[in-house]
Amino acid sequence: MPNSGSCFEVRGTVYGVALDVDDFCGNPAELFREPPYYRPPTAPVLFIKPRNTFLANGGKVFLPSALRELEASAVLAMTFGRDTRGVSSTKAFETVAGYTLAIDLSEPNPSYFRPPVREKCRDGFLPIGPSIVAPGAILNLEDLAIRLEVDGREAASLRVGDGVGRIARLIEHVTGFMTLRTGDVLLAFRTPVGPSAKTGSRISAVANGLGRLECSLQSEEEGAA
Amino acid sequence: MKRSRVAYRGAVRTVIADENEHLLLSADGQCVGFDEVVWLAPVETGTIFALGLNYADHASELSFKATSKPLFFLKGPNTLVGNNGESPCPDDVRQMHAECELAVVIGRQGRRIPQSQAYDFVAGYTIANDYAIREYLENYYRPNLRVKNRDFCTPIGPWMVDASDISDPMALGLRTFVNGERVQEGNTREMITAIPALIEYLSDFMTLFPGDLILTGTPQGMAYVKPGDEVVTEIDQIGRLVNRVIREPRITVEGAAPSEASFA
Repeated sequence: MPNSGSCFEVRGTVYGVALDVDDFCGNPAELFREPPYYRPPTAPVLFIKPRNTFLANGGKVFLPSALRELEASAVLAMTFGRDTRGVSSTKAFETVAGYTLAIDLSEPNPSYFRPPVREKCRDGFLPIGPSIVAPGAILNLEDLAIRLEVDGREAASLRVGDGVGRIARLIEHVTGFMTLRTGDVLLAFRTPVGPSAKTGSRISAVANGLGRLECSLQSEEEGAA
Repeated sequence: MKRSRVAYRGAVRTVIADENEHLLLSADGQCVGFDEVVWLAPVETGTIFALGLNYADHASELSFKATSKPLFFLKGPNTLVGNNGESPCPDDVRQMHAECELAVVIGRQGRRIPQSQAYDFVAGYTIANDYAIREYLENYYRPNLRVKNRDFCTPIGPWMVDASDISDPMALGLRTFVNGERVQEGNTREMITAIPALIEYLSDFMTLFPGDLILTGTPQGMAYVKPGDEVVTEIDQIGRLVNRVIREPRITVEGAAPSEASFA
């Protein structure tokens, strides 16, 4: 399996959020009043990262030569310790079993209209780890700062801060229509997308208390050699 | 061979159905009755792929412009429920409809599988009913998760039929019945993108693993269902999958708000 050897092994389904009702990830609101959207999102816009995307810390992502550039963001990921359905935002964190880091890799894609399967689901497109940290070990989630590094240089950084409330509302929304099962992972909070990463790049996600997660991009030709 | 997974007398068991559709427990050959078992998803599933708008007639029904690449979306295992299971319909919903689909079970790991070899990677076929709730459609990552990733809203089964027992998976009649009345009829030969091309397309950019499922889309015939309805989806050479629509139970977790309404 693609995630063998990882200290943190995903045991469930990974759900991510691309846009939120109060965070359009840098897109102008006007864009979402035009076709094909017609109105801005009224709920978090969710996607799934399937098991072929899972990559252990230090892993290599192989890109075809036609794909020269990738978008990356560093992500705070949380796993659930029991099946969770219908939880209110005030109690949202009670079922969280732990935190880790992830790097959400994607082909550049300006459209949010169709599910981004081709763009987000190539093999290795979700490095995740390095280890799981219990909620008790994080004194204050608000003080956590997630940093994206490309080739050792900071590319984006974001403190969770008020994002705690958004994460709580996200959990309320998701569990309002489906179960987050034991072992499922929510990509709960992300940095802005950094400048494009290219073949040869080293990408890292770093956060105080969660350690450092790294991956490198290589061409498929190198992988085959 | 028809194979499935069931719960029987407190344990999860694998079963084989013989030509007379008698169920035999795989481990010891003991014969058990159809109604003595609780049907589960017929295989332990990995990634679940589903297709929107893969039949020309259904696409025109939804005024969809045919595109060159297939419209794939992903589903979590929380969506699956076995034969004779129940699918919840929320109180405020009037537009939940059934979608009978041929489901392809991947049997071998593969990457960059050419169409000419695609069938070598198929373990078998089963029936899926990929319910949708149209009120919850949004124009973001459409069809979005609130429409297609609901708990127990993808009945699947009753069993997987081995690939070698299906003469031509691209020539199977599909039908849906609501309370005995036929509401949907089509044939897999009407797919816009055929099974070998779907496998080639996906495996071009991702590895397929044993247990991955591809729900290949649904033909014309959109009939709304409501709590109490019995919905039967059937496919030639595979069988019939029975499901009942129920009213979604109220969520009673302490501190829970009626959260769907707050985002509607």
